[in-house]
Amino acid sequence: MSGVRVLVGTRKGGFILTSDQKRQKWEVSEPQFAGWEVWHMKASPLNPDRLFAAPSTGWFGQQVHRSDDGGKTWEPIGNEFKYASETGTHLWYDGTPHPWEFARVWHLEPSLTEPDTVYAGIEDAAIYKSTDAGQSWAEMAALRTHPTSTKWMPGAGGMGVHTIVQHPEDPKRIFVAISSAGVFKTEDGGESWQPMNKGLKSPQLPEPEAEVGHCVHRIAMHPSRPDTLFMQKHWDVMRSDDAGATWTEVSGNLPSDFGFPIDVHAHEPETIYVVPILSDSYHYPPDGKLRVYRSRTGGNDWEPLTKGLPQKDCYVNILRDAMAVDRLDSCGIYFGTTGGQVYASADSGDSWSPIVHDLPAVLSVEVQTLA
Amino acid sequence: MIRVVLPQHLQTLAKCDREVQVTVAGVVTQRSVLDALEALYPVLRGTIRDRDTGERRKLLRFYGCQEDLSNEDPDTPLPEPIAMGREPYLIIGAMAGG
Repeated sequence: MSGVRVLVGTRKGGFILTSDQKRQKWEVSEPQFAGWEVWHMKASPLNPDRLFAAPSTGWFGQQVHRSDDGGKTWEPIGNEFKYASETGTHLWYDGTPHPWEFARVWHLEPSLTEPDTVYAGIEDAAIYKSTDAGQSWAEMAALRTHPTSTKWMPGAGGMGVHTIVQHPEDPKRIFVAISSAGVFKTEDGGESWQPMNKGLKSPQLPEPEAEVGHCVHRIAMHPSRPDTLFMQKHWDVMRSDDAGATWTEVSGNLPSDFGFPIDVHAHEPETIYVVPILSDSYHYPPDGKLRVYRSRTGGNDWEPLTKGLPQKDCYVNILRDAMAVDRLDSCGIYFGTTGGQVYASADSGDSWSPIVHDLPAVLSVEVQTLA
Repeated sequence: MIRVVLPQHLQTLAKCDREVQVTVAGVVTQRSVLDALEALYPVLRGTIRDRDTGERRKLLRFYGCQEDLSNEDPDTPLPEPIAMGREPYLIIGAMAGG
């Protein structure tokens, strides 16, 4: 079928939303992994029928499942995430050393080049790689054992690898972002990692321009410009044009530069989207108005997108993994809220409508564009 | 034959009924019953006990013969009605509260 498939992870299961290219009429699946927290679902860019999902519960722990038929059926795959070496410690909330402990999978990132390769970002912060389609996982331990890692400290939401961005042509070059350690880059397939946080300023830190410790919420890249990265930090929207070596602030005229997701238009590499949130104390939009902000200039100059979005009494949040774009000619933008709505725009954000109103709190949104 | 009752989510995961039967060679203990259960349904490894330590996951409880066995020594022989299959061994998800 040509059209789009939206993969939605929620507090109580995963949902698959499908539509044709018009993106006006939608089918909503039954809950997948009903009752489980599905932090993330994502499809292989090389095989549209291959999906990965990461359901977990406090009762029964972590599962990872794979579908090879576009989400019709799922099979459990490897869910053993052993740290590859002596775990050592990071800082705990009280400043004392705390041993690394597996909590959950935050993010699954299928490879852009190898159909059986998939990466997993976990809490406590580490990245894993599977080369057998998720049957087994091996830690890329040089990230967790980076010399700065003894100084990493979790934020209120934990300390996890939440973003994995692959270079479109060089599979050895990967960016990750960690709450709340910052951005790291490898250029040798994970053998070594470098902090890429120069230019970030975080007044919450004793040393605001520290090498690590920044609460990066999300980074995004357009595949046509792999040296340009966009970032939604705890506060501040940032960009880098030198592959993360330095960052400059592009918050410009946003009503608040606090927020979680950031994404890039599929066909316009300087068109980016954020959803401003009032502050870290409130975690809902300013003035009770749900507004996506779009910049067509790569930041600084932002316009509110409100058509079809609630402009009063709206107090939901949009989490870091809960925005995605499709690759149809008229780019579609999607995001999910903690109130259980999934909104879609089929016209680059000019207008919006809800696909579904009443899901459990949305944790993640990914989109497949189906040929 | 030992009767084991599983919570809903584990039934779904293992694609099995609420009650399953396992065979234990030797002394019937909580450890040997859970070992047999995980051998029969490998997908349950790590969902009931920690993979590395073998300790009960903290939000699960083990009941049998109207007793809470959760904190008993896992190598203590289970009560005879469970070992003989007259009573089930219950794996329970703790109440979430609230």
